[in-house]
Amino acid sequence: MTNLTKIYGWGRYSQQDAYLHTPASCASLEFIAKQQNSVLARGMGRSYGDSANALNVLQTTYLNHFIEFDKATGKLTAEAGITLREILEIIVPSGWFLPVTPGTSYVTLGGAIASDVHGKNHHIAGTFGLHVKSLTMLLGTGQVVTTSPQNHADLFHATCGGMGLTGIIISGTIQLLPIRSSLISQKTIKAGCIEAACEAFESNSNATYSVAWIDCLSKGKSLGRSVIMLGEHAAQGGLDIDIQQKISVPFSTPSALLNRATMKVFNTAYWHKSKHNVSQTVALMPYFYPLDAIGEWNRLYGKKGFVQFQCVLPKIDGVANMRKLLTEISNSGEGSFLAVLKQFGVANENLLSFPTEGYTLALDFKASETAIKTVKKLEDMVVEMGGRLYLTKDAVMQESTFKATYPNWEKFEVVREQYGAVGKFSSAQSKRLGLA
Amino acid sequence: MKRILIIGATSAIAEHCARIWAARGDALHLVARNEQHVQVIASDLKVRSASEVTTYCTDLNGIDKHEELLDVADDALEGVDIVLIAHGTLSNQKSCEQSVHETLAEIQTNALSTISLLTLIANRFEAKKSGSICVISSVAGDRGRASNYIYGSAKAMVTAFTSGLRQRLQKSNISVVTIKPGFVDTPMTAEFKKGLLWVKPITVAESIVRAIDGKKTEVYVPQFWCFIMSIIKILPTKIFKRLDL
Repeated sequence: MTNLTKIYGWGRYSQQDAYLHTPASCASLEFIAKQQNSVLARGMGRSYGDSANALNVLQTTYLNHFIEFDKATGKLTAEAGITLREILEIIVPSGWFLPVTPGTSYVTLGGAIASDVHGKNHHIAGTFGLHVKSLTMLLGTGQVVTTSPQNHADLFHATCGGMGLTGIIISGTIQLLPIRSSLISQKTIKAGCIEAACEAFESNSNATYSVAWIDCLSKGKSLGRSVIMLGEHAAQGGLDIDIQQKISVPFSTPSALLNRATMKVFNTAYWHKSKHNVSQTVALMPYFYPLDAIGEWNRLYGKKGFVQFQCVLPKIDGVANMRKLLTEISNSGEGSFLAVLKQFGVANENLLSFPTEGYTLALDFKASETAIKTVKKLEDMVVEMGGRLYLTKDAVMQESTFKATYPNWEKFEVVREQYGAVGKFSSAQSKRLGLA
Repeated sequence: MKRILIIGATSAIAEHCARIWAARGDALHLVARNEQHVQVIASDLKVRSASEVTTYCTDLNGIDKHEELLDVADDALEGVDIVLIAHGTLSNQKSCEQSVHETLAEIQTNALSTISLLTLIANRFEAKKSGSICVISSVAGDRGRASNYIYGSAKAMVTAFTSGLRQRLQKSNISVVTIKPGFVDTPMTAEFKKGLLWVKPITVAESIVRAIDGKKTEVYVPQFWCFIMSIIKILPTKIFKRLDL
């Protein structure tokens, strides 16, 4: 029998003792899944909270094979455990890129689908799930089915964004994006407050990529000052890609290193260092995945870890509401330097997909009692403002919040029931949120 | 472009070597027992840029099939430049102790089948006076320990055999590389609790490919195992026998 191992999400805040099963092939994955009463697939463990925590975990480490890549059409099929980084290494030199990518390349294909991840081009390209042509999955009944927007569409729309609760994704086919260069033309704009930042997103809504670093500690007139980074795929410059990791954090550093003073210094320095209205060409990896250059950066938050708060606020009253939220965060003094603001495009049909039209804010809080209190207070404010929280980042949301802000949760449960997922696939998060 | 025969191609270490070679555009011929599993790996290696990937399925304990296996590989690759022998099982020490049959079966898989292959490959390479042979042995073969001496003695045989073979083939310009990995985090060792000494298969694979390129002889992976094993080897037997290793 396998030993119990402590597992946790990227935030290292929610921990669980788990039996780790590491199947060497899809056949053994099916075999192990059938043996267990309740299981959950787990990829790189990069969701922040407890959404990949469960007593019986199926690690997809060895299910990382490419199945087919058509260099002419950009259609790629691979097993669910392959990472986006491995995919990039193969596709970029052939002139293709991921249609949507989150801020780290250390996530698996299965994880990207289960979280229905979004990227800096959400306002144009939508979520990852929109580019999934089909996926093959193992159901709670033991059956293996292929689903797509045309075939078992209900299951498909429950699975994209379904946090692994509908079955185990075995493989997926995605449509890639053609590129002529692996360089990005980046333009930086400085916005002195939250209103100016949101206006900048609005007036640059035709930019392919847009995201802002936001200073969550600044107050008053400069509340929400941001550095907005716009990007376009360059037309020339070769298709090289460098995926070597440079440095790594070797152990948990004393969390006291990240305190109000050091963060304030960092934020102020970052703001003053950034130049307004400057264009430059940058490589693809540092543009999309700046934090991937530092391996295991989550250790910087110390042994207790951190929680991440990511919400979306509806566009109507979005700017005013964002100001209220930022005032609360700034007053708490707890927010970290890794804060991101972005404008989302329209929502999609996937039942538990996070993005809806409006503004999204993401930031880390070093785990502590007061930080959790702040996060809970922010949660209440978001509910009142008609927004919602991202399940992939969440570690503390209440059941009532989830059910009020993800109105499709009942439909989701119906699909799970229909395909034999209830009781078979669950996570610490799904139990906390009151899913069957 | 190199023409490479990989025996035991579904082993995690072998698979990672194959990925490195595929990225270089080498031609690969994969030998394994599990047809379904090796097909998955073959498709993957094609996407990863291998110039050609062919497969052959057999249970390597069937020694009378070894000549055929090598003939098929020769045909598929139109000549072989490198052979990597990576198949094996991690013996269950406790149940082997209670069963002669099981013990001999483990020796058969981890030592005798390898020696059969090495004998045939050596003669073929010697005739054409070129080729590189790489075999995955283990640090477990350096000194028998109570916790896994059956697996260890099989690997000791492989290490001693390749040592002699290396001397013999030296004159024919054929390199024989013996790899001695320590603890590697693979499906074969999934049941073990992992500590600081454990490495990922990719790390071992990178060392193997480097060792073959550099025509090395005996290589510990990671290198610190050379230090650990040299201490374990020089311990006087009187003391060693009382240790719990």
